Amino acid sequence: MRTFQLDRPGDLAEAVRILAEDEGARVIAGGTDLVTLMRDGIQQPSRVLDLRDLGLTEIEWQPDGGVRIGALCPNAVDDRRLAAEYPLVVAALRAGASPQIRNMATFGGNILQQTRCAYYRLPEFACNRRDPGTGCAALRGDSAKQAIFGVSDTCNAVHPSDLAVALSALEAEVLVHGPAGARRIPIREFHPLPGDTPHRVSALRDGELVTGIELPAAGRGRVSNYVKFRDRASFAFALASAAVVIERAGTVVLGARIALGGVAPKPWRAEHAERALVGNRLDEDSIAAASAAAVRGATPRKDNEYKVELVRRVVRRALSELE
Amino acid sequence: MRLTIQINGEQHQVDDVWAGESLLYVLRERLGLPGSKNACEQGECGSCTVYLDGTAVCACLVAAGQAQDREVVTVEGLAPGAGELHPVQEAFLAAGAVQCGFCTPGLVVAAHNLVRRNPEPSDAQIREELAGNLCRCTGYEKIMDAVRMAAANTQEAGA
Repeated sequence: MRTFQLDRPGDLAEAVRILAEDEGARVIAGGTDLVTLMRDGIQQPSRVLDLRDLGLTEIEWQPDGGVRIGALCPNAVDDRRLAAEYPLVVAALRAGASPQIRNMATFGGNILQQTRCAYYRLPEFACNRRDPGTGCAALRGDSAKQAIFGVSDTCNAVHPSDLAVALSALEAEVLVHGPAGARRIPIREFHPLPGDTPHRVSALRDGELVTGIELPAAGRGRVSNYVKFRDRASFAFALASAAVVIERAGTVVLGARIALGGVAPKPWRAEHAERALVGNRLDEDSIAAASAAAVRGATPRKDNEYKVELVRRVVRRALSELE
Repeated sequence: MRLTIQINGEQHQVDDVWAGESLLYVLRERLGLPGSKNACEQGECGSCTVYLDGTAVCACLVAAGQAQDREVVTVEGLAPGAGELHPVQEAFLAAGAVQCGFCTPGLVVAAHNLVRRNPEPSDAQIREELAGNLCRCTGYEKIMDAVRMAAANTQEAGA
């Protein structure tokens, strides 16, 4: 592991200043991802900023009924109102990692965690994401865990977060702070597709850091569900997951948002599936149409063809088991 | 760096610590507390579970610099005194929830963390709470017995 300088900035301005002036600087929040990445030589920051003195752990309810969650709030968050008003967020958090990791991991770190692609995590394999321009061993290797949506010819790694999938279905915004001040990034723009720059893993600009996540107020008649399919009952990343948010008036679906996890380099909005529901009753026919539409545009390979059927089924189950 | 850290109630200053080494390394190699085990170093197995400021974490995933000015309780700090065992440890012994023993310290801390917060855990809750602790010997049945026993004993002691 390369040595680094450890700083504990006293306020946000100092943190931003250091991040902006030193491009080798990285933020450490819970450390559950970064510590192993550094130990394995996959990331080699020259400077590490421990943000613990910045606060950023609060849950603040907004006048309009939305909520702002600090970037350093732990994933083991135990908040009755959050669980009551945003059960999707809590369900997604509980579906991820282990108790020990949820205790340490943070909201900001969760959405910024690196892919679990085995080729990225093993420095002996070529990886465009880790070392730009060196090639992608996964494209010629075992693609069983790789993405079936949004891949490019430089990278087909999967975004591993459950939380980000829930945030995507809730159309959350990521609050960031940087040299030019504060701004907010819609969650769907926060994770770029790999394209020909797979090493760019977020929309953060130089010197910017995540300060929080804001969830818009829950509409009336909203129901939601998170279904995750994985190799074992707990403590495993998704092979495929679906977060669904449905708003209804009477029996008619007014709004539908469906996000998929474990199948794309970012939380993947299944817009064809959403369109199959809006304006219809939520019944066996519309659910079947939505689950079929959810896989439109998939480009599986031989090893991960199974994910196409898994996506259909997690979407169908998430919609069938609402309420 | 000079690491200032409270461990099992005692204040320590450790010199020449590198900020990037793990809390687990500090505990085992610098402070002679080998109870927390080093197995996977990936946060997968839970053998290094300790309390950091009162919450259970994997010590292998905590950089030493992150532990600065914090309070750690290791498996060595659970028993009330020398030569004594904590009721959770007693339960592991009584249930025979130990084979090779490598996972045991992490499981004891995780089980301790479970029963202090939830004195009547369901089997499903025990499984989920211990999901981050791997045992390759026992098949977990005796461990489940031990946690149920520890929870029952804790309740009895509290009643």
